[in-house]
Amino acid sequence: MNSTVIRLTARGLLGRRRAALLLLLPAVLLLLAVVIRLLAGPDQHLTRILLGSFALGTLVPLLGLITGTGVLGPEIDDGSIVYLLAKPISRPAIVRSKLLVALLAVTAFGALPTLLAGLIMSGGAGSLAIGYGVGALVGGAAYCALFLSLSVVTRHAVVVGLLYALIWESVLGGYVPGAQKLSIQQWALSITRGLAGPAVKSAVALPVGGTLLVVLFAGATWYAGRRLRTLVLTSDE
Amino acid sequence: MSTLALDQVSRWFGNVVAVNGITMTIGPGVTGLLGPNGAGKSTLIHLMGGFLPPSAGTVTLDGRPVWQNESIYRVIGLVPEREAMYDFLTGFELVVANAELHGLPEPGAAARRALATVEMTEAADRAVATYSKGMKQRVKMATAVVHDPAVLLLDEPFNGMDPRQRMHLMTLIDDMGREGRTVLFSSHILEEVEQIAGRIEVVVAGRHAASGDFHEIRRLMTDRPHLYLLRSSDDRALAAVLMAEGACDGVRLDPAGGGVHAQAADFTRFARLVPSLARRDGVRLYEVTPADESLESVFSYLVGS
Repeated sequence: MNSTVIRLTARGLLGRRRAALLLLLPAVLLLLAVVIRLLAGPDQHLTRILLGSFALGTLVPLLGLITGTGVLGPEIDDGSIVYLLAKPISRPAIVRSKLLVALLAVTAFGALPTLLAGLIMSGGAGSLAIGYGVGALVGGAAYCALFLSLSVVTRHAVVVGLLYALIWESVLGGYVPGAQKLSIQQWALSITRGLAGPAVKSAVALPVGGTLLVVLFAGATWYAGRRLRTLVLTSDE
Repeated sequence: MSTLALDQVSRWFGNVVAVNGITMTIGPGVTGLLGPNGAGKSTLIHLMGGFLPPSAGTVTLDGRPVWQNESIYRVIGLVPEREAMYDFLTGFELVVANAELHGLPEPGAAARRALATVEMTEAADRAVATYSKGMKQRVKMATAVVHDPAVLLLDEPFNGMDPRQRMHLMTLIDDMGREGRTVLFSSHILEEVEQIAGRIEVVVAGRHAASGDFHEIRRLMTDRPHLYLLRSSDDRALAAVLMAEGACDGVRLDPAGGGVHAQAADFTRFARLVPSLARRDGVRLYEVTPADESLESVFSYLVGS
């Protein structure tokens, strides 16, 4: 890790216009949670629906996409990455530092609001809120690592990431049972299910989901560092 | 003292050959990398800076390969051609960040020294986004020299600078060369290179066209057969006398009556004889225009010779 890379990345991520989305999405989640609580009172079923579909199904993948691609992709696109690469710092250390910023953002804007929304709606039923909060955290970490490594591989990382999150996880995952097995969302839900109980549905068992999350996170981080080592910078010539 | 060596280096992108079999050694002092736009100068600088692997051949710094070798950046300072920086930082913050990334013990002091070197101390607290092009060039230069590197690679460093800034940067580059650093800068402007580079490497269409002492190459460039277009009150008479008196090696009358095309190998003799012969024979000269003074044609001649 490199503290200067972390500082530059955090300022770059939070300073960009799309950082507004980082605040908007959790604000919507918390607002919905408050409204539902006021209208329906404490309700475990509604809590599972909102946190499953909106928090883990929409908020976390989008946050993972914004932060995962946002911590490195723009610098590769505009060429300013050269100021980091022309330094005696290992490429994997650059990737790890940038990933840490993405993880902190997903924790602050994804996992914590999910935990909070869970507490608000369930009326303090801790296990459900904690289950979804931890699910959001580990799922968000996996999305960040995946989308960060995508941003080193392709300049269209945002589009590819959106296709994965929207088409594969949301649409195909809804109709094709096999697709759900290769879904970060389902892996995260397996963790949530392990913590919050069998009322939470997930397409994979906890050991499988947990293992796949760890493998994806570690693999994507390693691969991003490796690709950054061989990143070719060309001029406009 | 550091030396960059390219040995039979080629680089292609798909079917396009950007750099073709170049061998050159860049040692201490100031070297100008000269060539028209699109000649492959930036590709060469990227190869030397370790940002691009050669498709064939080797690029080494003091015997060590530069590709996938992060340790070279302890001795290399780079000014990239692209303008994007961390625009949300102030100039000072940007240079301090670069000093920190180099692991310097006192990044703040190093940044202040580097900014003073490029005369950017006054504007150092403004955001980079508000800088003019020339100021951005200078702050880029400050990021490149903050760790006191033995090798400086500067890609078109004079772009966007006004004459005063240009003079200042020239002096700075000249000083760095005198201190024994290996400084390579690219340019497509002959006059820039002429003023500071002791050695030049000329690249045309990805090939190494010339290498060596600037003045020798400049003489080669000046002594090439020059083409001129002359318009006068009597083109036929002018053509005849230019040939008869040996002012040029060949003439051709423009078929549309648009003047005389003359080719002269001896530029000085041609320049001296044309007005005097025209005056002697009562031909009024309306126009004498060099027809092939573009840098591209000069370079093409060098490649051909």
